[in-house]
This record gives sequence, structure tokens and C-alpha cells, in this order.
Amino acid sequence: MTDDADVVIVGGGPAGLAAAIELRRRGIERVVVLEREPEAGGVPRHTDHLGFAVRDLRRLLSGPAYAARYVRLARAAGVDVRTETSVTGWEGGRTLAITAPSGRGTVRGGAIILATGCRERPRAARLVPGTRPLGVFTTGALQQLVHVEKQRVARRAVVVGAEHVSFSAVLTLARGGATTAAIVTAEPRHQTYGALAWATAGWRRVPILTDTIVSRILGRRRVEAVEVTNVVSGATRAIECDAVVFTGDWIPDHELARTGGLVVDATRGPRVDAALRTSERGVFAAGNLIHAAEAGDVAALSGRHAAAAVATFLRSGMWPATPPVAIVCRPPLRWISPGAVGGDARPPRDRFVMRVGAWIDDARLSVTQGGRRLWDTRFRALVPGRSIAIDASWTDAVDRDGPEIAVALDRQ
Amino acid sequence: MSVVTAGGGGAEVFDVAVIGAGVVGAAIARELTRHRLRILVLEAASDVGAGTSKANTAILHTGFDAKPGTLEAELVRRGHALLARHAPDAGIPVERLGALLVAWNEDERAALPGIAARARENGYAAVRDVDAAELYAREPALAAGALAGLAVPDESIVCPFTTPLAFATEAVVNGATLVLEAPLVGVACAGSGATDAPWIAQGGAAEPSGPRHRADSEAYVLRTPRGEFHARWVVNAAGLCADDVDLLFGHARFTVTPRRGELIVFDKLARPLLRHILLPVPTARTKGVLVSPTVLGNLVLGPTAEDVPDKGATESTAAGLDALIRQGRRLLPALAEEEVTAVYVGLRAATEHGEYQIHFHADEHYVCVAGIRSTGLTASMAIAEHVRDGLRDAGLVLEPRADFRPVRIPNIGEASPRPYAHADLIAADPDCGRIVCHCERVTRREIVDAARAAIPARSLDGLRRRTRAMLGRCQGFYCTAAVTRLLADASRRSVAELLGAD
Repeated sequence: MTDDADVVIVGGGPAGLAAAIELRRRGIERVVVLEREPEAGGVPRHTDHLGFAVRDLRRLLSGPAYAARYVRLARAAGVDVRTETSVTGWEGGRTLAITAPSGRGTVRGGAIILATGCRERPRAARLVPGTRPLGVFTTGALQQLVHVEKQRVARRAVVVGAEHVSFSAVLTLARGGATTAAIVTAEPRHQTYGALAWATAGWRRVPILTDTIVSRILGRRRVEAVEVTNVVSGATRAIECDAVVFTGDWIPDHELARTGGLVVDATRGPRVDAALRTSERGVFAAGNLIHAAEAGDVAALSGRHAAAAVATFLRSGMWPATPPVAIVCRPPLRWISPGAVGGDARPPRDRFVMRVGAWIDDARLSVTQGGRRLWDTRFRALVPGRSIAIDASWTDAVDRDGPEIAVALDRQ
Repeated sequence: MSVVTAGGGGAEVFDVAVIGAGVVGAAIARELTRHRLRILVLEAASDVGAGTSKANTAILHTGFDAKPGTLEAELVRRGHALLARHAPDAGIPVERLGALLVAWNEDERAALPGIAARARENGYAAVRDVDAAELYAREPALAAGALAGLAVPDESIVCPFTTPLAFATEAVVNGATLVLEAPLVGVACAGSGATDAPWIAQGGAAEPSGPRHRADSEAYVLRTPRGEFHARWVVNAAGLCADDVDLLFGHARFTVTPRRGELIVFDKLARPLLRHILLPVPTARTKGVLVSPTVLGNLVLGPTAEDVPDKGATESTAAGLDALIRQGRRLLPALAEEEVTAVYVGLRAATEHGEYQIHFHADEHYVCVAGIRSTGLTASMAIAEHVRDGLRDAGLVLEPRADFRPVRIPNIGEASPRPYAHADLIAADPDCGRIVCHCERVTRREIVDAARAAIPARSLDGLRRRTRAMLGRCQGFYCTAAVTRLLADASRRSVAELLGAD
């Protein structure tokens, strides 16, 4: 039994819902959002702090309020938001196999938007040695246990990572009745804003152990301690705790992109061009699936941007005849999104977002194609893991039939 | 039928007590419940299959490479046939992928004919030479540099979680009493001196002074922290602790030295990289590591091999994981692009003898089934038959029963359709269409059923092994709260207890 829609959106987080609302606003009739959780809204549902809705809704909301608002807006706009509906695979071109309490089925769209978001890499993926006791979490799991299940999950935790999310984990732990024994980062400095670090960890006197890795987890049934090692001095010590929270180190939830044979790039999500088209005709991607992890409102704007391109595609039937020009990042740059230039669209918010893998105090970033320099700019204080915005004006100068574009840093 | 998880011992005198509900103990218990016998199973851990049985390479060996003429070679060969035949009926996932041994240098290539000859000596004639061209045709993702190989078409993969659970469930449904969290700490015998367990207190060896010849009507008193149990015959299938149990019965003839094996499980997205089990060619210097698909749809890489002094040393190590990752990339370069999903560590119950320690003592009404090392999963059903026959020869009356109820437990393998993909099941019960663990596609129905099964899931780990919930790539990022809440409600425990936060 195949269901047909104009647009099928996989994922009911901010990107998927914002895309759906925008499609309806542009007059697209049948817009379906497939959300596998019992409630739509995505990760913000359980990220219970302020900071959401600024760029897209011009408000300041908490995560749960932001999520609820988008769900309301989507339903009011006539979007068919189907919860408890899981996409289990592809059944052919732009056709998805789904499982829901109402049964097994397929859904086919004139266009598909993948908006499946991203997750944190867990302990096992990071190959942290030691025992495998209870009490090891990612922030995602911690948030749901504290905010949704209202559980006291720990007495005293060690937080691994010092990105924005790591400091919000300190907050979530406190809400859940736990102290944070330490924040541990392999980096030489933390990677968030000074004010945020102070407001969460600083005034709670949580030590930030830099240049430090978790070398072992200890404990039989439940975490009893972590062994940490300073990678510079080699010094090792144990920190007594009953929980370890692995934070950040994001990876797109890219199973559908990979099983659908989409070209995947350095973002580890599907490669998209400035109009958020993937390598498959009629399939678009938006949100943290293509840039893990930006803020919720950036994901929403990404969804809105994709919707405009989807609406154009549905009305014109036009899809680029040739592949886009790929953008390749040279180390220490890790990835750029969108990862390709094709057609005449500009990327969401008229900019590219990038990640760098090292601390760069002063460098010139250059964008070249073949031998031709398209653009350059100077950066001071680039931080690994933090979002770096690149102006997109140079995309007009790209030779659509030319070789790949290289983005590189020359350190000063 | 009962699973005892609370309360103490009892007055009932069982015919046979099996010590240990790993894959071997569970297989023995199952075999014995096919007869008119009252069977008791004492398990030290809080679940069946919680020791080495849940952390191994999950290969259903043909036994092609066993030491010819040994009891192990015979039981592995027979066990393979029995388990392969029994698996579909029991719900145990098995896939006959076949294995390829790959020689990467001249030493290894030179060893191939000897391995083929040994295979034939072990009664396995289907082993076949493979040249490099065929290796790459069959495994395109193989690293460059393979010289030649051997094909072992019947080498298979099996689920290490389901197998002991299926055996134990069938035993329990057919009347066995399973007591969990009941380590054997002392043995006494009506009329002779009690043997308590000095080894518990100081972890050292004690003078063997166990009970000897006894009358047929006498029963052993089996002392556990839960209380005392009584059985006329005892089968020691205590795995890593089999030497300690053997000592309680007056024997000091082997020492179990745990041999740790670390294993890395790669993301399902890596599964297409391999079609066969890739086996190393063992040389004098090294055993090498294998890479294999798993029945749950992943790739597994390992194991390491390191003697450890502690029977609880199941932690992974930086050196071990590092070595595995490097070796994996040398075999399948594309693995470098794939995510690791999980790490497992198992301890092989190796003894100094290098062969199974199966001993029958008719006059003591005691059987020792120890030193099973790395082939327990494959040999389990044959070991069970062997123990049954040995018990009969020793004087235990074994009357087959006509009313034995075969039991099939849920098949969680990728090769079988699972509830989320089953339109009919979902139509009959919408909870089969409510996926709770998204990475592994585990439905609400399966989680609730596992909490209420004959041997129910009582922990998140137990739930993982019964349903695959939380075994997937996100390791609970998306579903920890929902899965824990569901298991808590269905098993009437608290979320805090399941998280170890109580």
C-alpha cells in the first residue's frame, strides 16, 4: 500500500517542521512529515534551557517550548505530521518503507527531504577502554532521563568534552541532582563562550581538565571512577564518580543517506549543493544531518531554505543535468556545508558553515578553483568544533564546469 | 517450571543439579529435561549466558582446525551438526556464510596444505584451495596483498545471546528450576563432612577433602548465599569457576587461567564489506584475528588473546583495542571509514591441559565439564549428549519423556523477518509497529515480551541480549529513557534500579 505526497520529510525536528511549514506557505498541497518518536519536535523537546528560536522565530524560547511551537505551527499549517512512524529503508526512487502502529507501508514523494539530525558519538565509538558498567551516558540520553523521565541519574559525574553542549550537560546534571566532578577535554582550552562556561561550570567550581583524556572507565555494576590521563605530561589519576557523560563529537544520523546510495562528504552526511539538493534526483537534505551540530534555529532556517528549492523543483521539474562542483576542505579544515556548488542558488543564510580541527590563532582562508583564487579572508581565533561562517558571495564566480573547489588555511 | 530470583533454598531433592547456566550448562540442563528427571540449575550471575557465553566470536565452527583425535574435535564436529539442525526450530539465528582463510605472506601460504590436511583428518572434506583471484572475486574489499587461501564452506555464524537463552528457556518450560544469583559456595553430603569454601574467603587453593562414595539415596547439600539446595547428582559446568567447584568436590586437577579476548563490533553500514568469515592463518608465532559478519548485521573484529589473573577482568584495554583497529585496517582498509558500535570482552576458560576436562565419577555422582575454552558454543549440544550418555553409564536412570515441549524463542537475527517488518503482526498488535529502539528496530511488543518471558529480562543488559534494544550505533542516545521506562514498567522495577542509580 503506497501513500503519495508532494513532499515527504523524514524527521520532525526543527529542520523538518520548518521545511514543512514553508512548503505549505508556498502552496504545496500534500506535505507529510514522518517522525519516529511519539512526539515531534526533535532534540529540543528535551533540551530544557533557553537559547532557541532567536534566528528563525525572533523569540527566546526554551527547547521544549520551541519544539512544541513548531509542532503547533506545522499542524496549523496543514502539515500531516505522522508520529510513531519510522522509515526503515528505501523501496525505490523517492519511495520509503515505513513502520507505524497502523501497519507497514510505503510513502512516495514528488520530493523527499531528509532531516534526520545528528547524535553524539558514544563511548564505544570513541574506543574508551575499561569496564562497561551502568552510568555511562551521552548528553542526549541524560537529557531525556532528567527532563522527560524526571530521574536522578547520578550523584557525581565526569563530563567528557568542553563544547557548548558539554556545559549544558553540567546544567542538566545539576537538575538531575548530580554534581559535576570535572569537565575533561583533550583540547588545550574549552571550546565554548567564556560567559557560558562561567554560568554553568565556573560558579559551580567545576574544574576543567584540559589536555586530558579518559583513559579508562572503572566500576563493576555501576561506574565507580574514571582514570584520566594528561596527554602532555602523561600523568594519570582517578576521579571518583558514578556517571560519565560523553558530550558533543557529533555525527549525522545518516543511515538513510548511505543506504540510499547518496554521495556522502566530509560532513559525514549527504553532500548537498547550495539549494540543499543531494546526489539523487528529487532528494534534498537539511538541518543537522548536513551540518552536525548547529543550533536549532540554524537547522530550522536550513529546512526553510530547502523548502524553497523543493517548491521550485516540484513546479519546474528542473534538476541539474550535471553534478555540482564539490568543495574539498584541506586539513586542518574538517568540513564545509553545503559541500558543493551547483545551479545559481546561494546557501542558507547566504553563508557556508565550516569546522576546523585545530586551534588557529591567525590564518588566511582561501577559496580556489583550479589555480584561480575565488575569495580569501583572514581569521583570528578559530576554535575546533565551533561553527565558522564563510561568506558565500564567491559562489557566483565558480565555473560550474570546472574542477573541484578547494578551501584551505594558510597559517600566518 | 520456575526461575528463582528471590528467596532461599528448599527441601526438594533434585535428581541432577547443573552448576552454571552458560551455553554448556544450559545445553546440559535442556538435554536432561528431555528425560523424567527433576533438574536444578544454579547460576552465580543474575542472568543465563552472562559469562563467556555472551562475549565470544560467535562462530559455529566446523572443527576443521581442531586437534585431531581429541574429544574436543569430536564434540565440535558433532555439535556443529546438532546446532545447525536445531537452530531454526529454537529461534537461534544461524547463517552458513562459509569462511575464507587468507594467507598474507609466504609462511602463511606454506601453512595452508597442512591446515587442509588436518581438516580432512578431522572428517571435514569440503575444505578447498582458493587462489588470489578467487579471493578478490569473492571479497572485493579485502586489502591488497593476499596470496592464497582456503575455503571452509560450512563455517557459520550463530547468535551467542540466543543460544544459551533458548536452551535454558526450553529447560525451564519443561520443568527445570533455575536459580539465579546463586554461586555455589559449599558442598556437603548427608553423613559425611561438609566441604565449605575456604577459597571464597581467600581466593586460594584448599586441600581437596570433598565427599567420596555415597549411597544412591543420599543427596548433596549445595550451599549458596540464597540458601541450601539438594540434588543426588551434580554436573559442574561452571566455566571460569569450574576449578573452584571441582575443588569443592575434592578434585584439584586443573586450574582455570582466564584468557581475555577483546572484540570490536562495527556499524551495520560496514556489513556489506564482507560476505564470508575471514579467518587468519595461524602460524607458530601468532593466531591472528578474524573479521566476520554477525547474525545481527554487524562486522566483528578480534579477538585478542591475553592471559589475565582475575576471573572478572572483562575490561577492554587501550593496547588491545589499538591492536585490533590496526589489524582490522590491514585486512579491510575500508573499515577505517566506519564507526565502531560496541566493544565486547570475553574470558576463555583455559586450563593448563589444552583439552576439555570432562570427567565422570560414578561413585561420587559427580560430573565435571570444564576447560571448554573457545568452542563451547559450537560443541554445547554434543557436550550435553556426551554428559547424558556418561551419566547413564554412571548409573543415573534416564527415561525419555513423551511430553517434552519444544520451545521457540524470538529470532532476533537479520536473516529472519522481525516484528517491525511484519505487516500481519502489526495488524494484530499495533505495539509491533511502535519502534522504541530505532537503530536496531526493536518494537514495544518485543521489549514487553522479553520482560515477561519464561526467563525474563531483568536488566538493560538482559534486554539487549534478548531483543537487541540499545545494542545499536547510538548506544542509547535516542532511546535510553524510553527503553528503560518500558522495561521498568513491564518488569515492575524502578528506572533507578535499572540504571544502577539506586
